[in-house]
Amino acid sequence: MISAILSLALLGLGLGVMLGFAAKYLKVEAGALVQDIEQMLPGSQCGQCGYPGCSPAAEALAGGQAAITMCPPGGRALAQALADKLGVSADLSAMEDQAPQVAFVNEHLCIGCTKCFKRCPTDALVGANRQIHVVIKDACTGCGKCVDVCPTESVRMRDVPVSLETWHWPKPDQLSLAS
Amino acid sequence: MKLFRIRGGVHPEGRKRLSEDKPIEDLPLPELLHVPLQQHIGAPAVVIVKKGDLVKKGQVIATAQGHISAPVHAPSSGQIVGLGRYTAPHPSGLPGRTLTIRTDGKDQWAALPPPLDPFTASPEEIAKRVSDSGIVGMGGATFPSAVKLNLGARFDLHTLIINGAECEPYLTCDDRLMREHSADVIAGVRIMARALKVERAIIAIEANKPDAIRRLRHAAQNDDVVTVVEVPTRYPMGSEKHLTQTLLGKETPARGLTADIGVVVHNAATAFAVFEAVTLGKPLVSRIVTVSGEAITRPCNLRVPIGTPVAKLIEHAGDVKVEPERLLLGGPMMGQPLSDLKVPVVKGTNGVLALAGLEASAMAHRTSCIRCASCVDACPCGLVPLDMAAAIRKEEMEIATKSGLMDCVGCGSCAYVCPSNIPLVQYFNYAKGRITYLQRAEHKQKETKRLADLRNERLERLAQAKREAMAKRKAEQARKKAEKAAQEQQQEIASA
Repeated sequence: MISAILSLALLGLGLGVMLGFAAKYLKVEAGALVQDIEQMLPGSQCGQCGYPGCSPAAEALAGGQAAITMCPPGGRALAQALADKLGVSADLSAMEDQAPQVAFVNEHLCIGCTKCFKRCPTDALVGANRQIHVVIKDACTGCGKCVDVCPTESVRMRDVPVSLETWHWPKPDQLSLAS
Repeated sequence: MKLFRIRGGVHPEGRKRLSEDKPIEDLPLPELLHVPLQQHIGAPAVVIVKKGDLVKKGQVIATAQGHISAPVHAPSSGQIVGLGRYTAPHPSGLPGRTLTIRTDGKDQWAALPPPLDPFTASPEEIAKRVSDSGIVGMGGATFPSAVKLNLGARFDLHTLIINGAECEPYLTCDDRLMREHSADVIAGVRIMARALKVERAIIAIEANKPDAIRRLRHAAQNDDVVTVVEVPTRYPMGSEKHLTQTLLGKETPARGLTADIGVVVHNAATAFAVFEAVTLGKPLVSRIVTVSGEAITRPCNLRVPIGTPVAKLIEHAGDVKVEPERLLLGGPMMGQPLSDLKVPVVKGTNGVLALAGLEASAMAHRTSCIRCASCVDACPCGLVPLDMAAAIRKEEMEIATKSGLMDCVGCGSCAYVCPSNIPLVQYFNYAKGRITYLQRAEHKQKETKRLADLRNERLERLAQAKREAMAKRKAEQARKKAEKAAQEQQQEIASA
């Protein structure tokens, strides 16, 4: 009886001490992971994920509160990289459906208030006071921040048109092919 | 000449009978010519004419842009009536930048550059002329030929191979060209050999074209550079890497060029275009197109001005006698589905096919993969199509790439032999496009990050400047206040 209690108590103590040491010396730097993830994120602080910026988003990702598919500007490539980084598997097929969008300025409505390009995280909008603004499509991430602030609703999001250069064959329908 | 065996390949029914004995006819000049600015691999040509301009046949209407590009010439005389977007000869059916010319029916040539003497012209002069004439690979790949003629500067070349295999079923345009213009093709080959500074040129023709072989041998009988070789009829013999292996027994390195093993491959029709450009000064403004298929009333070989709508070709061939099940641009193995009959013929268009009957309906019944590995036996590149397709279906592009997706030439032999009718090539085409798309997305993300960082830095700098200005102003105010206080104090003292 006593020997059993003693041995179990010793075992518990020993393992507890080991765990204690492990926690101290093999500690994973949570901060490092957050920093790594933040490095991977676009850093445009666009807020489309629902977090106030890329840094809080990275914390949420590291803590497992956010899905790896949460970053629209990063797209599928980022989701894949995050999945590899965090060692989680995720269904990325849902990300396909979002057609990429870019902002578009309706020149008849633009009054040149400069509000939109002050908000643009990538400087994709250019213009000057009381001059019509224009979007540099290649730099636009489609975050939509400019749409929210435009007083005349001249900024709209539009699907990126498919061109001869960007078109590729669609996937054959998933009817067959046993794997 | 000793030939070497290549692995894989298939033997589709040739069906060349339909048009192989039809002499080349000139297509009547259409009223409108739609000339796309991108008819080649590389940067699109830049327009140098305006709407309303009168142009002559052979006049440059768009110039090459950058190193890998080709100029575009007016295919006939007339007026430029449009510069806009027009349905491109592309499987997507999307529009591309196109110049539209209303022909005046005179077909009047512009002043052409003087002919070069093929025996004394320097390789650089020849390459320049080929480049200025807008010649691109006419087998369908449309790579600017001049770039390939300049490879001698970077690689140690020994052999020029002229691809007259024409391994795609139905197509007979190269066959007819080699039969009717044998001497010109040989002359073109000699010019190319001179430009490349190679000692040996081999014209390879599949055994199913005995007349072309005979005529070319006759034309080249006293030639110490050019030899004509009969190669076995087997698809895809016309793939440049496989043709090189058949003739020389050397394999091109993966994702490398045939130039890596000292060989340059050009198409027979390209040789003819080079001949015309060098000895006559004529730019590439027309090409031979085979119009064939079971649905065509009168299959034929036509000399067509670039930019002619496909509908005109079919019309000239007596229209379709039955409703075609499939319309194709190019051969049945690697051709592109034709989205619209108004698309123009371009430099790389070798055939217009209207298929009907058994040949096109085979794809209707698709079942699961039974892992029979027929596709593995058929693949001329030594790949495992079934595994690659399975990986692609699961979006595992990395696995597909590791299995050699980028070495796939897209010949379609695997899909041809598949007993389950699985569209294997479509999977590979999808994956290749998808991978490019993902690379583009990754690049964009990196750029976004860079731009965001730059912006944050700038904002930080502005804020810093503001803070400094504020601090300076505060210090100034404090100083003034102190001065004022001191003055007041002094006044107080003075008054007291």
